[in-house]
Amino acid sequence: MSAGAAHAEVPPLPVIDPATTSELIVAFLRSQMGQTGFTHVVVGLSGGVDSATVAFLGARAVGADNLLAVRMPYRSSSPASETDALRVVEALGCQTARVEITPMVDPLLALMGASDDPAHQVRRGNVMARQRMIVLYDKSVEFDGLVVGTSNKTEALLGYGTQYGDMAAALMPIGDLYKTQLRAVAEHLGVPAEIVAKPPSADLWPGQTDEGELGRTYADLDRTLFALVDRRWSVERCVAAGLERDLVEWVAARVARMEYKRQTPPVAKISLRTPGIDHLYPRRRPGSRRA
Amino acid sequence: MELRIALGQVAPHLGDLDANLDLVKSRLGEAVAQGADLAVFPELALTGYLLQDLVPDVAIRADDERLLAIGADAPEVMVAVGFVEETRARRYCNSVALLRGGRLIGLHRKVYLPTYGLFDEGRFTRGGHQIRATEVGDPLHKVGLSVCEDFWHPFLPMLQVQAGALLLINVAAGPARAPGSAAGLAAIGGWHKMQETYALLGTVAVAFCNRVGNEEGLTFWGGSRLLGADSSVLAEAPLYEEALVVGVLETDDLRMQRYNLPLVGDERLELVRREVDRIIAERAGMTPPPELGADDAEMPNPAMPPSRESEREVEREVERA
Repeated sequence: MSAGAAHAEVPPLPVIDPATTSELIVAFLRSQMGQTGFTHVVVGLSGGVDSATVAFLGARAVGADNLLAVRMPYRSSSPASETDALRVVEALGCQTARVEITPMVDPLLALMGASDDPAHQVRRGNVMARQRMIVLYDKSVEFDGLVVGTSNKTEALLGYGTQYGDMAAALMPIGDLYKTQLRAVAEHLGVPAEIVAKPPSADLWPGQTDEGELGRTYADLDRTLFALVDRRWSVERCVAAGLERDLVEWVAARVARMEYKRQTPPVAKISLRTPGIDHLYPRRRPGSRRA
Repeated sequence: MELRIALGQVAPHLGDLDANLDLVKSRLGEAVAQGADLAVFPELALTGYLLQDLVPDVAIRADDERLLAIGADAPEVMVAVGFVEETRARRYCNSVALLRGGRLIGLHRKVYLPTYGLFDEGRFTRGGHQIRATEVGDPLHKVGLSVCEDFWHPFLPMLQVQAGALLLINVAAGPARAPGSAAGLAAIGGWHKMQETYALLGTVAVAFCNRVGNEEGLTFWGGSRLLGADSSVLAEAPLYEEALVVGVLETDDLRMQRYNLPLVGDERLELVRREVDRIIAERAGMTPPPELGADDAEMPNPAMPPSRESEREVEREVERA
């Protein structure tokens, strides 16, 4: 606290060097592939900036021939999304597959009684995300590749994703990058400009945008998360620095409420040695690599 | 006299002792072929870093013949290499061995085990109790061995300099993070400043060997460096990639630097000791604090007596091997 406290520092956006970051992620992917014994990767390509960035990183790490980009539209998906997904495939020259999820999702929703009523929007979105997960994991067997996730840090902290749906993956290359950081990495990697520039959307229903659904801009969300999480600022300090109290309190509460989505479920401790509690091993170790 | 110092920036295989022994020996062969007098390999080069409960599976004794065999066929070369040590008292330590001609001539157990942030070392390994300089003979006289985090505690390298070290050898497993600017990773800037400061203030050469490769979510950044006693960079390895770089240290330069800048010889150790004793006494509540609210003074915490047993143990390991 000082006499100059009236001129409080506004929380900055988290700036990174995209070249160094890309280099680090490519090294991570290559090494993890080597340690698991896989040479191919599978990515669900939506046409958005996150999955496009992961596809570009994957192609750099293992080569475009070893990358399968799977497009999985639903009947309500925007045609522009698929156009953008194809732009990525064309730019990379990677392998691609198209599996429309409508014939799987619609009968399931009808059976479950979660049809077009707006009250069921979240259920429908979750079913779509989980159906895509099923397709990706099946493709991973067919293509003999690891499923690489496309969740980013903003989504993970806000719990803006479906458990066992879009959050399911073997590796998370962009899971420590905020959405606003990701755009810089995407530009650096040469992701088509149209994709980097368009409003982010989960494209689960027509006209949906992330910022519309969350009710906040990514710039505000990332600035707030960066201050609260990375800098460990208190809510009061964020507010004093000029962030809106509603925003900061909403973000802080959501980060806490969504903790369960970021962790493996707690195991009831009974024995002397329990996986995840005091039976602690790295995932990759002698014997863990497939033959 | 010119000393050729090789930095073997390897990517160890996590939990695979045999594979890593082969890896280190193979890189050492290259260093020998390039005329190295000393070859340095990273922290836990024989085991990998994120071991967790693999620690007892990969731990070896300091007199283990597999360790002593490293460089045994090139007796003119010294080798520093990191491993998990199981002591006679069955403590598991993150140690660095200094080997020559099939003998253990020096051993340092990592004193400061980072257990904060992304680090969890204190859960799986125990800290060493000694800060010494190892006698290696002319022209280096003595070297100071340390492991990664040890270097973030300036008393440690400065004590080794006072104990006679002309070269500080730090072996590391530094994970990359915070790529905050065009200059690269935030952590690298800290390491560079530290190495240069120790070289300058200790008028001592610094050999820093950091590993590369990836374990779980961590990617190790490499960037191993050899610095002269004027803090000039004599050799530098690339980021992220495996490499063997060899730098030449001219010990005559070191001699003149110590004459021109006699900081080490001018140190007032008796004064340092008196002030350190005073701080310890105040913290332990053995003397009244100078003022209310002084740092840590309100927390009586009787200092543990030093473990003579473990100090003798290291001496015995070195003699025995």
